Amino acid sequence: MVDTCFLSQGLTTLAGLLLLPFGSLAASQIEDQAEQFFRSGHTNNWAVLVCTSRFWFNYRHVANTLSVYRSVKRLGIPDSHIVLMLADDMACNPRNPKPATVYSHKNMELNVYGDDVEVDYRSYEVTVENFLRVLTGRIPSSTPRSKRLLSDDRSNILIYMTGHGGNGFLKFQDSEEITNIELADAFEQMWQKRRYNELLFIIDTCQGASMYERFYSPNIMALASSQVGEDSLSHQPDPAVGVHLMDRYTFYVLEFLEEINPASQTNMNDLFQVCPKSLCVSTPGHRTDLFQRDPKNVLITDFFGSVRKVEITTETLSLQPDSGVIESSYKKDQMVEELMEPLKYAEQLPVAQIIHQGIFLNQGPNPCLSNLLCLLP
Amino acid sequence: MGLLSDPVRRRALARLVLRLNAPLCVLSYVAGIAWFLALAFPPLTQRTYMSENAMGSTMVEEQFAAGDRARSLARDFTAHRRKSGALPVAWLERTMRSVGLEVYTQSFSRKLPFPDETHERYMVSGINVYGILRAPRAASTESLVLTVPCGPDSTNSQAVGLMLALAAHFRGQIYWAKDIIFLVTEHDLLGTEAWLEAYHDVNVTGMQSSPLQGRAGAIQAAVALELSSDVVTSLDVVVEGLNGQLPNLDLLNLFQTFCQKGGLLCTLQGKLQPQDWTSIDGPLQSVQTLLLMVLQQASGRPHGAHGLFLRYRVEALTLRGINSFRQYKYDLVAVGKALEGMFRKLNHLLERLHQSFFFYLLPALSRFVSIGLYMPAAGFLLLVLGLKALELWMQLHEAGVGPEEAGKTPGSSPPHPPTQGGEHTGPRQGLDGAETGGPHLPGTTAGLHHPHQLLSGLPTGRQHGACCCRHQALWTPAALHCPAGADEPSSYTPGQLVPVAGASGSTALPGRGLAALPGRTGPGRAGASHLRLPALPAAGSGPLPLLAALLERALLEVTEAARSSPRSLLPRK
Repeated sequence: MVDTCFLSQGLTTLAGLLLLPFGSLAASQIEDQAEQFFRSGHTNNWAVLVCTSRFWFNYRHVANTLSVYRSVKRLGIPDSHIVLMLADDMACNPRNPKPATVYSHKNMELNVYGDDVEVDYRSYEVTVENFLRVLTGRIPSSTPRSKRLLSDDRSNILIYMTGHGGNGFLKFQDSEEITNIELADAFEQMWQKRRYNELLFIIDTCQGASMYERFYSPNIMALASSQVGEDSLSHQPDPAVGVHLMDRYTFYVLEFLEEINPASQTNMNDLFQVCPKSLCVSTPGHRTDLFQRDPKNVLITDFFGSVRKVEITTETLSLQPDSGVIESSYKKDQMVEELMEPLKYAEQLPVAQIIHQGIFLNQGPNPCLSNLLCLLP
Repeated sequence: MGLLSDPVRRRALARLVLRLNAPLCVLSYVAGIAWFLALAFPPLTQRTYMSENAMGSTMVEEQFAAGDRARSLARDFTAHRRKSGALPVAWLERTMRSVGLEVYTQSFSRKLPFPDETHERYMVSGINVYGILRAPRAASTESLVLTVPCGPDSTNSQAVGLMLALAAHFRGQIYWAKDIIFLVTEHDLLGTEAWLEAYHDVNVTGMQSSPLQGRAGAIQAAVALELSSDVVTSLDVVVEGLNGQLPNLDLLNLFQTFCQKGGLLCTLQGKLQPQDWTSIDGPLQSVQTLLLMVLQQASGRPHGAHGLFLRYRVEALTLRGINSFRQYKYDLVAVGKALEGMFRKLNHLLERLHQSFFFYLLPALSRFVSIGLYMPAAGFLLLVLGLKALELWMQLHEAGVGPEEAGKTPGSSPPHPPTQGGEHTGPRQGLDGAETGGPHLPGTTAGLHHPHQLLSGLPTGRQHGACCCRHQALWTPAALHCPAGADEPSSYTPGQLVPVAGASGSTALPGRGLAALPGRTGPGRAGASHLRLPALPAAGSGPLPLLAALLERALLEVTEAARSSPRSLLPRK
């Protein structure tokens, strides 16, 4: 009898020992799920897409920017959250044999201009000053909403730039340039004003890696199409149009992004592998030292898409009837029947009252006045 | 003391220069010729490349296929032309209008300075016809020109046909950002010049032409076409223009890329591309092409209608279709495609062609030599003249220094120091008198004394200022002319103006003078440094020396008269 007791005890401990890893496994699963849900700290997405070069033979830079715009829109970021800056109008250029189109693939396979493109900064408005003002938010009050970057400290921002560049600078419109130091300082201003949660910076120019080497603000990840001393090359000439349609790096990024949908779990490490030297001829580079999360935990849709998180919960919630609310509504019905006074229109905008009350502003918040403030931009 | 201000050192330097001069001259000349010949070889020639970004590396698809239409239009043109005898203006207007262009005409006339060889007449008049294809979606600020010059001897009818067929094809495209002008001119270059002058509102050749009714903006580039046969075996390109001016090299590069793309046979100066550069044939052919180009530029003639466009800074080329005995022939569609491609690429331009070279030489169609590399050849040749002038100057200076030093010691025995010493005072007086004679004859009177001053030594010459030095070179040969006569020291008296040959004399006998110089002016050979009345040259030596001597005498008399007249003009000094 003692033997059986001993045996049963041993069995239970053995069972306990066997079940322990399963228990810990279950606990770690919950932890994983929790970690997944709180993977990124952002609540909204913005995109600033800039093409800095003009003239017909720089068709490919406009096509680059428009293909990123197309992907970003497809993955969920609305036009109100995209600031698109194009330095020249290729679609309506008299030299375009197919007006109102901009193609990224030859033989007119893909028209990235589309029907509903919204260009915010166009032609000569694309200047270094305007770009920096958009980033830092120092914008004159007359600027329309579509031209502002209204991001907050929970925004993930994608910044894509393309054009002609060199070691440490990017040329704007053939007349001015932005240096990597200016750009780094602009990002620091953004950080100090809490204008971003995380920032992804992609640049497709010659010697693009020089543009991100000066960043010093936290939470920035950067990608470039070529290293210092290398040129980024263009991809395909189209004999029907007569120009090169795309740059290589962005062409392969576009092909990569075409396979992403809002639910995909592809992470940044895959983006780093896009366009190896054999396809791109130049060596793409990236920088992640300022970024706090591990790139393999960063989803592509964290920056390129705007994903609303949905949590399905199995808990039940019971709604208690609020007796106070029911009684007051009952009373109101009775009051209406009793009053029967002649009805008149209420004053829509009691200006006199507001002016009066404005003088006594420091006497506490006035609901009318606060309503007026909401109307101001 | 510095190198040049120390007389001892200067003399040593002068002697060095004189000793080395002849070999240096020969060396420099040979170097110039050798450099020029070396231009044909690879290190100095470079492959052509497209410099203009806007015309970049991308090719465009050509879609021209209306060869039949071109041929039928050409036949119509020939028939109408034969019927009317001159350019069939009405037919051209009708056809251009049917193709969809805005048609205008311009009449011009010119009185020729020499009678026309074939027709023995002075007055030439004609009518130019041109049609403008407006860019559908752009403002008419810039334009391109396709011109076909028609002369009485060159029919050029296939070119007209091709031009009209191209116009019809271009009219159907929507990608034009510049207007295109299709121009048919009468009397070849005369008509082209009349049109250009009226277009740019200038009158440089005295042509009477009616003003142009239709304009299309600034012309960026032009192509002149000469085709007289239905099929061609090769296309010859001509670049040399009026006064040797050349179009921007990018235009030639553009043509060459389309030649390569379409597989057309293209020639330069009528010569094919040299195929092998390893053996001597390639470089030899390129030297030939180079020399031909230099000769054509030197002639100054515009070798095609394009040559007249260059003066207005419109880059232009002439394409000539050549039909030879070759088996493989290209039809009008191939030529049309090349032209379509060229115009489409020119359409992409945003500014005038300015990125590539304006001065170059072409050893072959795909190779060029820029001015920086061929200028040293000309520089070496000109260096010979510079060296020679330096040598002359040094020699005269040497000769002058020697007798002066001799003259400082009165008791020395060289034959003419006393007379030279006496001559010092005389000429000086004379020179003063001449200068007070005024600016009226400073050249003659001052110059009359200059050789004398020269040979008496530079210091005296320097005392009388810069005007003396200026005339040194002019009068030097004259001095050489004088010793040709008899050696008569006693014929010279102080106070008498020394007669010297005038300018005509100097030009008449430079060679003789220069040859005489080394033998005459050297230190210690003061016997030659005399001046005397010029003995009339021997009858057999020709009319020019006689003329020179007569002129001298005349000048002498004039200056005598001027000297004797009391201060007719205020002195300069």
